[in-house]
Amino acid sequence: MTQTLTKVLTTEPFRLALSLVAIMAFVGLNAAYLVWVERKGAARFQRRPGPNEVGPAGLLQPIADAIKLLSKQLIVPAGVDRTLFRLAPLAVMAPALASLAVIPFSESLAARNINVGLLMIFAFGSINVMALMVGGWSSRNKYAIISSARVVSQNVAYEIPMLLVVITMIMVTGTMNLSEIVNQQAGAFWNWNLFKVWVNPLMPVTFLIFFICMLAETNRAPFDMAEAESELVAGAYTEYSGMGFGVFFMAEYANILLGCSLATVLFLGGWQRPIGILPGVFWFLLKMYLLIFSVVWIRWTFPRTQFYGLLNLSWKILIPVSLFTLVLSSAMMKLL
Amino acid sequence: MKNVFVEIYYGVKSLFVGMAITLRQFFKPIVTVQYPHQTLKIPARFRGHIELVSDPETGKPKCFVCKLCERACPSDCITVEGIKPEGAKRKTVTTYRLDFTKCSLCGSCVEACRDNVIRFSREYNLASTKKEDYIMDLFKRLEAQRLEIEKSEGDSTGSASVLAGHGPAAPASAEPSTRAPIQVEPPKPQAPRVQALTVEAK
Repeated sequence: MTQTLTKVLTTEPFRLALSLVAIMAFVGLNAAYLVWVERKGAARFQRRPGPNEVGPAGLLQPIADAIKLLSKQLIVPAGVDRTLFRLAPLAVMAPALASLAVIPFSESLAARNINVGLLMIFAFGSINVMALMVGGWSSRNKYAIISSARVVSQNVAYEIPMLLVVITMIMVTGTMNLSEIVNQQAGAFWNWNLFKVWVNPLMPVTFLIFFICMLAETNRAPFDMAEAESELVAGAYTEYSGMGFGVFFMAEYANILLGCSLATVLFLGGWQRPIGILPGVFWFLLKMYLLIFSVVWIRWTFPRTQFYGLLNLSWKILIPVSLFTLVLSSAMMKLL
Repeated sequence: MKNVFVEIYYGVKSLFVGMAITLRQFFKPIVTVQYPHQTLKIPARFRGHIELVSDPETGKPKCFVCKLCERACPSDCITVEGIKPEGAKRKTVTTYRLDFTKCSLCGSCVEACRDNVIRFSREYNLASTKKEDYIMDLFKRLEAQRLEIEKSEGDSTGSASVLAGHGPAAPASAEPSTRAPIQVEPPKPQAPRVQALTVEAK
């Protein structure tokens, strides 16, 4: 009896189902409570208490918000492209969920340990842009269309330095397997890719570029041109109501989660422990949440950039610098 | 070319300076007041809608229905009615209706009042969804306040600490009445002081 049970539990379909449920639960909970973190963080930066009425310290606020959004009617405005309009929220959410499958949370905790994990994440990452564009386009709303045009040019501009940085990382590590990348950063914290200045003296700059591009790719402030509420109502989300909007909202946080996980894996040594206590998962989550905190911190520090400022930053600074780091690290690899 | 690098350097540096500033704010205490749970101290010279002043001995309003306030009001929001009881020297008020929907808190009524029997209240929680809530009878309001004070004093006879809480309430109505004549004679400089005393006592 026990033997058959173990057999069933270790079979591939069961493992897949379990991973899927775990990832969905992780993303769902994080999306809900990152909204709470965001609101609490915003409040603290502005010296307010933030949500504090629903439950202790406002901890039940996400649940109240979710119930409210779920109870709202899903309005499909007249004249929109119904199929694309309904499909867009899913197409934003699904790639983030799929990409989390290859993120190694610890030595043994990864849904799928495939050797092109990094490639897969960037392949799926581009769908996010297309989905936002489709959402804006199908809404039949001028704000949404302006927003989707902005999303496309912004993401094209920031995909380039992001990928250049990632190519640098692939050259340095020599693999696209995320677990392997983390394993190479074993030992003390100066072995983390962020501090490997003997490989490439510009490693911290590389991390900075990656982080900035991650902010831009997830449409976070100060690069939130896509939903610039002061000029575009809610951007691509203008016509969405109820859970349609809710899924877009969750997807934003799922993408932040993914971006911060990836930054942790690539630069901050993933599950590697800086001091020899506590399990690796703890350290992974700590690093990831610290990055997420900085995302919130940045959002409530800097005002939204203007659109030409955004493109100037990418084309005039980030792309040349990331190209330079790419050339520099390849030269150093050849010479040393 | 050199300027570009200098610009980038100062640009990046300014980002970190800005982030340091917001992080310092993050750890400082909260400055907002959680209104329904906490309230700020009302300034001494706060001018709410008007209210009747009661006689500390009888607890009845001191108003004798001269209707000067009614006439002084530029927007006709005051209606005073009174009767003259058998054997009494003066009339006593029976209805003092204030239409607060029209009142602009100009204070002409308080200025016009000869014996300082009306004053500004310190009421500021005036939100309502009904217009009727703003057409208030100040006589009934005073009666209700008197009953409430009597009731709470009756409940806690002997308890010094509770009485201390209500203690200032009684002089509150007493004090302006004793000082009232002063206000009439030297008009400008004394007026705010009396006002402040009234409020502090309450």
